[in-house]
Amino acid sequence: MPIVTKCKECGADIEVPDDALPGEIVSCPDCGIEYEVVKIENGKVDLKLAENVGEDWGE
Amino acid sequence: MAEATIIYDRLRWEEKQLYEKGSEVGLNVKLVDVKERPLELTSTRLAEDISHVVLQRTISHYRGLYYSFVLENQGHYVINSFVSSLICGNKLLTTQLLAKSGIPTPKTYVAFSQESAVDIMEKMGYPVVLKPIVGSWGRMVAKIINREQAESLLEARELLTDPQQQIYYIQEYIKRPPRDIRGIVVNGRVITAYYRYQPEGDWRTNIARGGKAELAKVDGELEDLMIRASNIVSGKVIGVDAMETSDGYVIHELNNNLEFHGASEVSDVDIAKEIMEYVKEEAAR
Repeated sequence: MPIVTKCKECGADIEVPDDALPGEIVSCPDCGIEYEVVKIENGKVDLKLAENVGEDWGE
Repeated sequence: MAEATIIYDRLRWEEKQLYEKGSEVGLNVKLVDVKERPLELTSTRLAEDISHVVLQRTISHYRGLYYSFVLENQGHYVINSFVSSLICGNKLLTTQLLAKSGIPTPKTYVAFSQESAVDIMEKMGYPVVLKPIVGSWGRMVAKIINREQAESLLEARELLTDPQQQIYYIQEYIKRPPRDIRGIVVNGRVITAYYRYQPEGDWRTNIARGGKAELAKVDGELEDLMIRASNIVSGKVIGVDAMETSDGYVIHELNNNLEFHGASEVSDVDIAKEIMEYVKEEAAR
């Protein structure tokens, strides 16, 4: 069962899979802003704003 | 049970796959987010919460590079090693080592001023390719067709604050089909290979830029070149990029921070599983 949380930017519902791992990225289906999963505990999810793409990212 | 730690900073599709396949092959896999786990430089012991064998999977080149250096010096075995990441992450170092090892690679110069960069381009003849020495996803890789374009691009580079942007890596433009070939080399074996077709309206083949993957069969001379290229950087999990020219193959890039989502869609090999099988071998030593 996905865990539903509110987007801090636009207030839309964001569904986070309950098996998501810390460091995974979820995005708001309405405004597209990206969040990083911090932790999932007791059916609650902690999100923080994901980092912007860095110059040294990727292969 | 043998264990290994995946170090990461953003859990992409690849890291989730590696984590899941690790369990499938019977490896106890721990995940450590490097953003949350500072390291003590003055410690000379193994970090207790990090396994002896570490699979380095950060999306940030520099985080992975320095994390690897510290862990290796505390006695951890890091895949790919610090030196491997240092060389693969730097086109200047990669090109020279490829050439020195007798592996065919496009003719390349490095220039240290705008003026000498233009002189070299004029001497080489256009088109030429200008690349940042450290860069990824094909960003700022430019095909230059004449002197005017060269001068304006070099002027723009001069304004960038990163001093590495004023070191000009200039490569001959290779006439090739609209694709290159990526081989994935794991511990000295090409486990799979695929063509990367350039997308409509771009000459770069990076999957991150919209390039399309198609399964390729690699054997004989090309397979041998890919394995040799991976060996010169002591690479354990390396993406080796080759181009087809009228005179045979050239190897132009080595990738230590392998992205294989696109490849997985066309390959008949379970790439993440192959990588974790190898990590397990190291962890069981």
